[in-house]
Amino acid sequence: MSIANEDVKTKPLIVAFCCNWCSYAGADLAGTSRLTYPADVKIIRVPCSCRVNPMFILRAFQRGADGVIIAGCHPGDCHYTSGNYFARRRMSLLFSMLDYLGIERQRTRVEWISAAEGSKFAKTMSEFAEQVAALGKPNHLGELR
Amino acid sequence: MHRIGVFVCWCGSNIAAIVDVKAVAEALGKEPGVVFSMDYQYMCSEGGQGAIRAAIKEHELTGIVVASCSPRMHENTFRKAAAAAGLNPFLVEIANIREQCSWIHRDKTDATEKALILGRAAIAKLMLNTPLQAGESKVVKRALVIGGGIAGLQTALDIADAGFKVDVVERKPTIGGKMAQLDKTFPTLDCAACILTPKMVEAAQHENITLHTYSQVEAVSGFVGNFTATIRKKARYVDEKACTGCGDCMAKCPSKKAKSEFDQGLKNRPAIYIPFAQAIPNVPVIDTTECIKFKTGKCGICQKICQAKAVDYEQQDTVFKESYGAIIVATGFDTMSPDKYGEFHYEEYPDVITSLEFERLCNAAGPTGGHLVRPSDHKEPKKVVFVQCVGSRNGGDCDGKTYCSKICCMYTAKHAMLTREKYPDSEVYVFYIDVRTPGKNFDEFQRRAIEQYDVHYIKGMVGQVEQNGDTLTVQASDLLNDKQIILDADLVVLAMAVQPEEGARAIGTMLTASMDTNDFFTEAHPKLRPVESPTAGIFLSGLCQGPKDIPETVAQAGAAASKAIGLLAKDHLVTNPCVAGSSNSLCNGCSMCENVCPYGAIGYEDQQVVRDGKRVMARQAVVNEAVCQGCGACTVTCPSGAMDLKGFSTRQILAEVDAICR
Repeated sequence: MSIANEDVKTKPLIVAFCCNWCSYAGADLAGTSRLTYPADVKIIRVPCSCRVNPMFILRAFQRGADGVIIAGCHPGDCHYTSGNYFARRRMSLLFSMLDYLGIERQRTRVEWISAAEGSKFAKTMSEFAEQVAALGKPNHLGELR
Repeated sequence: MHRIGVFVCWCGSNIAAIVDVKAVAEALGKEPGVVFSMDYQYMCSEGGQGAIRAAIKEHELTGIVVASCSPRMHENTFRKAAAAAGLNPFLVEIANIREQCSWIHRDKTDATEKALILGRAAIAKLMLNTPLQAGESKVVKRALVIGGGIAGLQTALDIADAGFKVDVVERKPTIGGKMAQLDKTFPTLDCAACILTPKMVEAAQHENITLHTYSQVEAVSGFVGNFTATIRKKARYVDEKACTGCGDCMAKCPSKKAKSEFDQGLKNRPAIYIPFAQAIPNVPVIDTTECIKFKTGKCGICQKICQAKAVDYEQQDTVFKESYGAIIVATGFDTMSPDKYGEFHYEEYPDVITSLEFERLCNAAGPTGGHLVRPSDHKEPKKVVFVQCVGSRNGGDCDGKTYCSKICCMYTAKHAMLTREKYPDSEVYVFYIDVRTPGKNFDEFQRRAIEQYDVHYIKGMVGQVEQNGDTLTVQASDLLNDKQIILDADLVVLAMAVQPEEGARAIGTMLTASMDTNDFFTEAHPKLRPVESPTAGIFLSGLCQGPKDIPETVAQAGAAASKAIGLLAKDHLVTNPCVAGSSNSLCNGCSMCENVCPYGAIGYEDQQVVRDGKRVMARQAVVNEAVCQGCGACTVTCPSGAMDLKGFSTRQILAEVDAICR
């Protein structure tokens, strides 16, 4: 527990799960448009936000991630019709549980970013990275065991 | 034993200027399981692909990682290269170090470190990849075109001419769309009806085209090559087959107070009506909100006088289903309502009109027989003020649209010239923000308005229009001369912003085709795939994709048709092998996966499984691989962890997480 909340300037490690159809394409558009956001954000491509198993997020925190963001298509726009609704419900439950375990709400986020929203992608990632950095290092799930 | 090859692309300087590609290639070459690594200027070039093929053979690679641009760009290219060298194409992983690294980061150390991590994640995932075989699915040789305006008709005609069946579904009682309402078209000033109506007739008579007017697509299921659409044909209360289109019913209808939609409310129409003379089909429809028979039960005149016995008050909507290989969206546009712009008092002052109303007032078949007069007193206007960009380029706090509507500069120049031609003693003013006239013969056309027709172009916006007796007082700014202007005008014409048709969003949701924040359909690639939706099998034709004029619409409609023909010409499509599959040693038959599957791809069978060392029959989930689209909803729902997704398995994604968080 001793390492928590001390070194605010440490670079955070952020894992971003992006759905292939909207948010991953939005990230590509941010790139094509040369919109910068911190290199701390590392993207993992998933077919749909509903493919993100709560286990993936737990594992990320356990292995030292400082923040996890899940980005999918806007409600109603899911390539698979309803996947993002599943993601939204699952994550709202998971995030409250994580908060209870000491992984603050500011370290987790679900965001809807379309393939046309490159600027929203860059803005969201910059804001999220800044927000997570301000919290310092989290209490590792691994150490809570 | 893994024998992985890593290929790091420079993308010229796109990657190499920010990421130290040599260092990345060298470091990744030392990762466990990697036996070969190299960097190259353009991996996607023939030289790069050749190097991949050669390395696969020479080093007997079991899988490759290409660190390059987005997989959405070149994943297929590299999969093909791998396949050509005898490696299963699904043993290829891409590390996106261009769009998601070099293009967004400025610091070389950070970017190089990130590229390395992304490469490691790709290697970690690749270690768990399995060879996958793509299946095949049948292509239904029939296309659905949603919308029967010029875009939809052109697309339908081009597909039909190629020998495929096409169904056109049009929401309104007639095909023709917005173009049918126009008078003349820029820059040639040929009449819209003269060039559109022959196309309408051609579509109606084409042996491969079926028109469903006054109909709507209610639901769409399926996937590329095999969609099923549910179409509702609304009751017209007139039998299309029996009706001869004589028009007696319209002449005798006692209810004549409805506003004609076709004439933009400038003229009344009966409750039983054909929108315009050249409508197709030439069959009336009863507007039940206006019809006395439907409102009070009394009347029935149209039925009594119809010699063909076509009027049927009992007619019901019919709903049918049809299968299609391709769907083309041609839902078109509408113009924004001027209500939001109170300074023009559009609702209060009859002589403040929109450009589309102006078109009707100029049209020989319009409410005034082509005699351009003021709606209020039918006097000929001598001083006309045109206001451009009402709602366009006006986003943010202004409640308008951020984009340029593209067509207003040209049609306003046309309107200004027409006014001057009709009334040589008239004065015409055009207020503009910028004049934008790129296009063949467009700038020449607009210059003609100024130079030959003496139209006064004033850079500035109109701030207020007030009724003053029987004239309108227009207060405006003249930006170039930095002064306020007050003008008296007989008629004020507003060039309203174009926006997608009201129902477009619902169609987009139904097709799971993505749309931008303005409700225009998004193209698969803004430059290289402009007429395809990112959703396979959905094509975009006309203004549903963004503002454009008639020549561009027709060009795009043809392009959408050729893309659809390319799809319909195939007998089979290769299916995505990244589908779900259940492990029957773990499945307990609980049905939770079935409940979340949006495609109904999961069923159950009793299968022999081993439980506690005994062979028993148990209920097992079975995925129909032809129907599964690979979203993965079932994999997360499955409480026993039996369901997994090929290509994006739980272990693969966990391996990526581990590699990133290492």
